[in-house]
Amino acid sequence: MALLQISEPGGAPDPHQRRIAVGIDLGTTHSLVAAVRHGVAECLPDEAGRVILPSAVRYLPNGGRQIGAAALAEATNDPRNTIVSVKRFMGRGVADIAERSKLPYDFVDAPGMLKLRTVEGEKSPVEVSAEILATLRQRAEDTFDDELFGAVITVPAYFDEAQRQATKDAAQLAGLNVLRLISEPTAAAIAYGLEHGSEGLYAVYDLGGGTFDISLLRLSAGVFEVIATGGDSALGGDDFDALLADWALAQAGLRAETPADRRAVRVAARAAKEKLSATDHATLACPLGSGELSVRVTRADLETLTAPLVARTLAAVRKVLRDAKVDKTEVQGAVMVGGSTRMPLVQAAVGELFGRTPLTNLNPDEVVALGAAIQANALAGNAGADELLLLDVIPLSLGLETMGGLVERIIPRNATIPTARAQDFTTFKDGQTAMAIHVVQGERELVSDCRSLARFELRGIPPMVAGAARIRVTFQVDADGLLAVSAREEGSGVEAAISVKPSYGLADEDIARMLSESFSTAEQDMHERSLRESRVDAERLLLATRAALAVDGDLLEAGEHEAVENLLRAVEAARESSEHHAIDAAVEALAKGTEGFAAARMNRGIRQALAGKRVEDV
Amino acid sequence: MKFSSDDFELFGLPRRFALDRAALDARWRTLQGEVHPDRYASEGAAAQRVAAQWSARVNEAYQRLKDPLRRAACLCELAGVPVNAEDNTAMPPAFLMQQLEWREALDEAGDEAAVEALAREVELRRRAALDELTATIDARADWPAAAMQVRALMFIARFAEDVDRRLEALGQ
Repeated sequence: MALLQISEPGGAPDPHQRRIAVGIDLGTTHSLVAAVRHGVAECLPDEAGRVILPSAVRYLPNGGRQIGAAALAEATNDPRNTIVSVKRFMGRGVADIAERSKLPYDFVDAPGMLKLRTVEGEKSPVEVSAEILATLRQRAEDTFDDELFGAVITVPAYFDEAQRQATKDAAQLAGLNVLRLISEPTAAAIAYGLEHGSEGLYAVYDLGGGTFDISLLRLSAGVFEVIATGGDSALGGDDFDALLADWALAQAGLRAETPADRRAVRVAARAAKEKLSATDHATLACPLGSGELSVRVTRADLETLTAPLVARTLAAVRKVLRDAKVDKTEVQGAVMVGGSTRMPLVQAAVGELFGRTPLTNLNPDEVVALGAAIQANALAGNAGADELLLLDVIPLSLGLETMGGLVERIIPRNATIPTARAQDFTTFKDGQTAMAIHVVQGERELVSDCRSLARFELRGIPPMVAGAARIRVTFQVDADGLLAVSAREEGSGVEAAISVKPSYGLADEDIARMLSESFSTAEQDMHERSLRESRVDAERLLLATRAALAVDGDLLEAGEHEAVENLLRAVEAARESSEHHAIDAAVEALAKGTEGFAAARMNRGIRQALAGKRVEDV
Repeated sequence: MKFSSDDFELFGLPRRFALDRAALDARWRTLQGEVHPDRYASEGAAAQRVAAQWSARVNEAYQRLKDPLRRAACLCELAGVPVNAEDNTAMPPAFLMQQLEWREALDEAGDEAAVEALAREVELRRRAALDELTATIDARADWPAAAMQVRALMFIARFAEDVDRRLEALGQ
């Protein structure tokens, strides 16, 4: 640890409490953790000096695990128990996985999300991802020799609700306090924009191991505004490998019959593909059960094979430009992110589309984690928090099922978050006392073509003639892009609500059970852990409330001031307790008791912003 | 400034249809800089909740103000003459004839060039209608006429969406 800590003016409420917050890029093929140290974002290396952690987890028969490079090294020998590219399974059912017959896993169809049968039992993709996240958390804690305040985790911009929720669940399972989920292209834009001081309209083309994203952002003076986003959450470097592997097998007249064979040929294909980014030809070679595979492949072969995949990415780029009503000539630069953008074919295609050389002057593997670290540092309230503002959008429209299996769109794609929108519905039959509400996500007109997110019922509607009830359904999307839906019959006031979680994510009880079962967190005493978290929460709220009182205390009447002071004293007293429930109760009382104060402060803030300049003067 | 302020008050804008888009965007960023939940990340759950509500409110107003149709509908409503698009679909016969002609032209358009030509024509008509609406609202404050023109523009917008969908299908 540093001996001296120097805080910048206007930074954290208490300069001695600099909070350690990290950015994590949880990638399909590899993952990284980064943090802002000495004012600069940098990726944290493991003890061997490697910053990249392969996203691979191997389950061993004795209950042990190998994670990262050690697991990847065994992927060919033990393909069924070595899970790679698990990100492609997050929030997905078995039916969603195309070409699963070519993958070496034993899939189990479970409600909501698939599972993988391993020597250590059935594992959910959330659990596998949590192993990777816990490894990175440990790395960060070792680096700083301290506990983490929280983490910003990146997800593909085109991840839907179920995939985002699964990611958040995995982080929770790994014992991380999730400050925010942000999209990968946005994170890249933050790192790129801040480093180069760029302003204007930029496209971020992000082709990773398993996902493709395209985002258009407007950068101006520390504000990163996402204009539109699109992509394909099941298209990435893995698909290039698969095409090349199939082609090589066909050339050699061989078949990959066992899981080990399938893995071996994939690994060889990937190595050949990577080599072809720098040379004109390579040999794709590996031993198979049915013989030795050895095929010469040229860059032209690879490019002919994979041109349709690149064309799919370009179609998505054009769609985003149309969505944003932006002409491609208005785009000032295309920032390339993700290891797969090293392929010359990809760079040439993007360059041709935009009519300018793509920007490749940053490390495509690290830039996402670095941007996430910068955002994490700001969200932790460390210095510089007010220099960065991120305005993100939801990638896919949200709606409800109406009569005839049609979708009524409530929040359109590319709406800036947080957002809330309400729509009124009515009853269809005389005397109808309940209404089924089915929440879906997607762009298609038919419910059956969209992804089902949640179902719930509003019951207890007083019997009326058809069309007389007025049922207001409200959608709220928070800054993480996660949705909550509520319904209320306006006449009688009956209500029902759901936070969109149970149908694809995990219920809180599942998380608690997994936490207690989890090997990597088993050494943690659950009680100790809760107690520590409660104390941190209490500390945080005490500091924040004191700071708020110092600035805006004049908004409170004398009596109100006294009430807040009493609540503060109660939290201070409870903080020493060894019962986390007692601390939580005092914290909740303080939070509730200062809600009006918080609202008054916000009002003052916005009034001051408005008083600054009238629009005519801007 | 209150949560219940109308969109124009919230953004400190005069109640006019003509709008400087760059100024609106700049205003939106300034307001989000004040109310976005990230600004209150370390200030506890209460501030977070309030910030999220304000931020959503500012985004909602921004969406409405930047869309000319929704902005006009909002002005009509504030003037006490709601557009009532669902209940009031009566349109002048000449307008309806043109809609029919467009629909036929879209059905008959065989290639991308033909659809694009139609798209350009619709866009020109839309711009002319918006200019007319600007005069109706800002110069004459003739609200019943404005409401009628907004409804006509809604027809045009819906048709433009169909044209876009067709273009998208042809472009794949």
